[in-house]
Amino acid sequence: MSDTAAAGAAHAAHGHHEELGFLRTYVFSTDHKMIGRQFLFLGLFMLLIGGLLAMMIRWELAWPETAVPGLKFIPEPFMYGGIIPPNTYNALFTMHATIMIFFVVMPIMVGSFGNFLIPLMIGARDMAFPKLNLLSFWVGAVAGVVMLAGFFVAGGPAASGWTGYATLSARAQYTGVEWGQNLWIISLLILGISSLMGSINYITTIINMRAPGMTYFRMPLTIWSLFITAILLLLALPVLTAALAMLLFDRTMGTSFFLPEGGGQPLLWQHMFWFFGHPEVYILVLPAMGVTSDLLSTFSRKPIFGYHAMAFSMIAIAFLSWTVWGHHMFVSGMNPLLGTAFMMTTMVIAVPSAIKTFNWLGTLWGGSIRFSVPMLFALGFVSNFLIGGLSGIFMASTPVDIFIHDTYYIVAHFHYVVAGIIFALFAAVYYWFPKMFGRMTNEPLGKIHFVLTYIFFNGAFFPMHFLGVAGHMRRIYNPTQYEFLQPMQHWNVFITVSALILGASQIFFLFNFFWSLFAGKKAERNPWQANTLEWIAASPPPHGNFEVQPVVYRGPYEYSSPEVKEDWLPQDKNLGTGAAARAH
Amino acid sequence: MLQWLPENVSTFGGEIDSLFYLIYYITAATFILVTVLMVVFLVMYREQPGRRATYTHGNTSLEIIWTIIPAAILIVLSFMSVSTWAKVKQRAPDSDFELQVAAKQFNWEVVYPGADGKFGTDDDVKFDNDLHVPVNKVVRVQLSSKDVIHSFFLPNLRLKQDAVPGRTILVWFEATKPGKYELPCAELCGFGHSGMKGWLYVHTPEEYAKWAGENLAAKAQ
Repeated sequence: MSDTAAAGAAHAAHGHHEELGFLRTYVFSTDHKMIGRQFLFLGLFMLLIGGLLAMMIRWELAWPETAVPGLKFIPEPFMYGGIIPPNTYNALFTMHATIMIFFVVMPIMVGSFGNFLIPLMIGARDMAFPKLNLLSFWVGAVAGVVMLAGFFVAGGPAASGWTGYATLSARAQYTGVEWGQNLWIISLLILGISSLMGSINYITTIINMRAPGMTYFRMPLTIWSLFITAILLLLALPVLTAALAMLLFDRTMGTSFFLPEGGGQPLLWQHMFWFFGHPEVYILVLPAMGVTSDLLSTFSRKPIFGYHAMAFSMIAIAFLSWTVWGHHMFVSGMNPLLGTAFMMTTMVIAVPSAIKTFNWLGTLWGGSIRFSVPMLFALGFVSNFLIGGLSGIFMASTPVDIFIHDTYYIVAHFHYVVAGIIFALFAAVYYWFPKMFGRMTNEPLGKIHFVLTYIFFNGAFFPMHFLGVAGHMRRIYNPTQYEFLQPMQHWNVFITVSALILGASQIFFLFNFFWSLFAGKKAERNPWQANTLEWIAASPPPHGNFEVQPVVYRGPYEYSSPEVKEDWLPQDKNLGTGAAARAH
Repeated sequence: MLQWLPENVSTFGGEIDSLFYLIYYITAATFILVTVLMVVFLVMYREQPGRRATYTHGNTSLEIIWTIIPAAILIVLSFMSVSTWAKVKQRAPDSDFELQVAAKQFNWEVVYPGADGKFGTDDDVKFDNDLHVPVNKVVRVQLSSKDVIHSFFLPNLRLKQDAVPGRTILVWFEATKPGKYELPCAELCGFGHSGMKGWLYVHTPEEYAKWAGENLAAKAQ
């Protein structure tokens, strides 16, 4: 480890400054910071698309089969004078989920912040494999283009849900979608390659390129979370890739992996999909947990409560995440005895999540809390994760799941967990914006953005629990077709109004982001008075990141330490005599 | 929130509902506890001039307590769930009342065995989307699918089971109250998924005998 770091330091000492052209600097860059920014812009662009799709879904559910304002221009058969037909509706929620999971949360939380932060926070000059990193982004971008291409082919995009359950997804005649579904499969196959390259890079970098003194248990929890996420990605994605390849063969080459008429098994798809899919949930949420831990500590001016428990609970989650996939399949026709076994493992995985929540509370206790915009969003994440975690216990209990499976209760649950990640995402963007772009964001605008997002997020997702309790099924196009759901329709209207305002509130973010990019106040090196290594680099850090190789003397959470007068103590600060005095 | 649960009319629904209620109370109490603590901490420990944060890295005994308590609650909940689950999904009681339901895009095809009590004979009677059963009688349904995965969902009976092409899965229920109950499909099954629904008619024994006489016996001739 220290050899590599020393070599890096020597390299930096040469004053290596090669002027790169526009293309090499902004487009085909091998600099981890530029790649991180590229992933951020890709993710934000896709967030806009995924969000607009959600607005269309919500319109349909509140006011079924009425024209969506402003969408009269969309041609038949995708829409009819602004009215969404049922097959388009299925395509909308399929693409909404696929885009949000694979092209928003993964590129931003893993792609962008992983790339930007790993070298900076462990004190390295760049990633272990910069060219692989460049390739990872561009392969990911190609996957995004292929996914969006589904909107422009005959038959429209994939319409069998983001879970793509066979046999619905395995034969074009069942959905009427021919190439859209194929493109969906191909896009995710390509994205798998991108993720694989990224995860190998992350793991190698964290193992080999930590600065001198940066032991594993001095790494910030953000790095721990990204490290564990990368290992999960490396192991989970190939399973999805295998399943997708089999599905593509079933669709295009006449195989019958999932088709019973040829001897195949529809449930095989579900086992493979969820064997990937449940670790995937933690791939999405672990980085959010890591970021939240760092932010709560920094803005409480207090060490994280139970650092080792936090790291080990993430490791426990990573191991247990391989043993719970069957809880998505309690009523699938899987052997009910397996259901009992998966219920047990699922209940167990709730424990490390509970530990994390309590430790976050412990971090706030006795703090000196600064309500900055990133802190507000981090607290918002904790509050949503609490609800999402608790609602998960209902569906872990197999008998209760019989009733709430495939209802809006599930939709509420996973939006509190997965859509709740958007709070950690915004927290991270506001927190590291000064480091990424060298400018501060506007604080009042950020606070307005937080308040509106928090209120209308809960307005949009909390009442979905009520619908679920009433038995409202997922993925239905028109709830008013069911007599037992008619008394609940006003909640659908309430949810849609909240969702529309939630969507509109993001204008405050977009405006703040782009305005600050060009006209924000110049950021100093360490505007938040934080301890981790990225804050000793310039804002934004130059090529090679650090002027001198940082050396790490302590963990990342020494806030309000009695050793110093200030309430922060950077990881690289050499206290000299103090340290010697303590050593005797 | 739980007042929106549809009226339960099955023998096992009560057990499912009491688990639902139990988890609801436990999670609601946890939610309130954590939220109140969080708000209190945020107010009490907001940044104030002259006060420095407490320098502590944690408290092992506290962490052990808040690991063990949730673990114990969750394990107890699992064990409480096992018997109800087994009742609904593992141990279908015997009955002389058996039906076949085949799901297809976008209907429930219901088959009665007819006078001879056997399926696959000439006197089988088929209906689209309508199930007629007597009250207080164990009904066994052989559930299958002809195309994609569907899900047989009776909200009032707290029953849900996917219908999987290539397989026949046995489900059972016993309705406790006569009436007309909706039977939607709960698994995405294509563009007609929304609106794929049938009705379960639960009759008194006399009404059922009358209906069977008019519809099952008559059609068989």
